Amino acid sequence: METDIHKVEEHEAHSHGYGVYVLVFFGLLALTAVTVSVAGINLGSLTLTVALLIATIKTCLVANYFMHVKFESPIFKVFIAVCIVIFATMIGLTFFDLIFRTP
Amino acid sequence: MSQDSEIAIHHQHEHEAHAHVGEHVHRDDMGSKMGMWLFLFTEVLLFGGMFILYAAYRFTYSDAYKVAAEHLDTYIGTINTIILLASSCAVVLGIVALQRKNKGLCLGFLWFTQLCGAAFMVNKYFEWTHKIELGIYPKGPALADMSEGEVVFFGLYYVMTGLHGLHIIVGMIFIGTVMVMIQKNKLTHDNYQKLENAGLYWHLVDIIWIFLFPLFYLIH
Repeated sequence: METDIHKVEEHEAHSHGYGVYVLVFFGLLALTAVTVSVAGINLGSLTLTVALLIATIKTCLVANYFMHVKFESPIFKVFIAVCIVIFATMIGLTFFDLIFRTP
Repeated sequence: MSQDSEIAIHHQHEHEAHAHVGEHVHRDDMGSKMGMWLFLFTEVLLFGGMFILYAAYRFTYSDAYKVAAEHLDTYIGTINTIILLASSCAVVLGIVALQRKNKGLCLGFLWFTQLCGAAFMVNKYFEWTHKIELGIYPKGPALADMSEGEVVFFGLYYVMTGLHGLHIIVGMIFIGTVMVMIQKNKLTHDNYQKLENAGLYWHLVDIIWIFLFPLFYLIH
């Protein structure tokens, strides 16, 4: 019960301030700057990994704060996890086929 | 008529009766939000399919992708990324403004979002027309001289950014509809789930661009 009250308070505190969102926006801008400047450096095979890593961090910021996922009930997090697992499976199986395919 | 449906109708009448009295209006914000998220997952899988296609062809034609990506303007791509991030931030600030009963400020933020969406599309227009002038379009003269991998790259570029652009237009209509409802006081500080749903849609479109941008514009 106590934790429930705590959760509600946390929700109120976070969803009612302009400041947090502006801060997240600046964070997103900084990450955009990083991804653009890193693209100029030749990292070889790491280029794609770094680009996707930064995009994933940006997505986490947008989802957690702008889409309020961080303050949502657990069921939404389960939904999202299921969606990610389905997508990862699709991509995994596709590449499993692609990599081992003989031309 | 089955018993169940009779009961359902009975409940509906009950709700309506309450609504008239003004004691209790049936509204399920949680259900509305869940419905929106389920819809967003179908969108994720729609774009996901294309991202898989992109990945599979990138695996096959990695060098051709690099050559083709040289044609894309990183500068416009970056500007459009910043525009979309700002527009997303404005939507969420609009929700805070409405929660604080500041209708004018809320509409101001949403107007800013609309402006950003329009600016994004204008940039996209110039980007596409420039490419078409260069002869890069299906059966275009420039495309005829390109390798198979480059043709695939531009095919994916047009389809994916095109579908994304379509989503921007739909998002603008969605937010515009919500703006009218706010203007008419149909959405208020304690009843703003529709604004939140419009926001969720807009943020998803933003997230898709977060991935499209490095995958198309930042390959070197």
